[in-house]
Amino acid sequence: MKWGVVVFPGSNDDEDALRAIRDVLGHEAVPLWHKASDLHGADVVLLPGGFSYGDYLRCGALARFSPVMQSVRSFAEAGGLVVGICNGFQILCEAGLLPGALIRNRSLRFVCDTAIVRVENARTAWTNRCRCGECLRIPIKHGEGCYIADDVTLDALEQNGQILFRYVDESGEPTAAANPNGSLRNIAGVMNERGNVFGMMPHPEHAAEKLVGVGEDGVKLFRSLIRHVEGGARASRVRGGDDASGAHSSARGS
Amino acid sequence: MLARVYVTPRRGVLDPQGKAVAQSLHSLGYPEVSEVRIGKYMEVRLEAADRTQAEGRVREMCERLLANKVIEDYRFEIGEEDAR
Repeated sequence: MKWGVVVFPGSNDDEDALRAIRDVLGHEAVPLWHKASDLHGADVVLLPGGFSYGDYLRCGALARFSPVMQSVRSFAEAGGLVVGICNGFQILCEAGLLPGALIRNRSLRFVCDTAIVRVENARTAWTNRCRCGECLRIPIKHGEGCYIADDVTLDALEQNGQILFRYVDESGEPTAAANPNGSLRNIAGVMNERGNVFGMMPHPEHAAEKLVGVGEDGVKLFRSLIRHVEGGARASRVRGGDDASGAHSSARGS
Repeated sequence: MLARVYVTPRRGVLDPQGKAVAQSLHSLGYPEVSEVRIGKYMEVRLEAADRTQAEGRVREMCERLLANKVIEDYRFEIGEEDAR
């Protein structure tokens, strides 16, 4: 299984993502430069955290027009797996590949902390190694992480099981105090309706090794994806899984 | 020509900056302030055959990049460029 990690000018978590994939999981990972449109046959494309194009205009607004993103869009539309972390999440929202938007934290402050997030749906490509209701400790560091969408969109996300993570307190409750940025309904991560595009503000790549602090909960997300890709449709049960995986293999073959 | 583009948070979208500024105005002795909304102002200089063409192009720029319709509204004025 091959991972592609996009590198924009201003990305700064690409190396951490590459390290987690290569050194912790032992998988092949290739950096994908923003000016190139070749995805090098990656099975999964990861958009890392950082400040692509200086966060000019709006976070993620300029990155979405880069050559690599044109390819990522076609890849996603063909059912390919795309995950955005932090700035990557912002880019996916700006590109319209995920619903909603991420705006300035309600506190107006940059937050750098360990968030506790609760798994809201474990029957996805992204979370199948977790239990529903399980709480993970994952670092956050962002100034524009307040997830918003209109009520109709939020209700649809709930009904379709597209909300994968919510910020919760130590007892697993999604309280206002546990919400680090003011996100509506404490949302920390969402996927598209088809289930092949996912974005989250917390950084699983920073929770991949015991050596660096908060633990290894982030690895579960990477392992979920590996099970999904390598274990076939039986283990994955993505919404519309058959359709998505069929389109995915054809995208990989092209 | 010169397009003056105003991008503002949509009604109902949280504007924590506007809220903080409104509170500061209150504490400075302006209780009459009921709301502050903070947006962006952009000047776009462009070549166009006429105003209608410029309007069409600038509207497209707003829709595609300058504003994010999920969270923002925009409006613009087109004028002759200032003599500077």
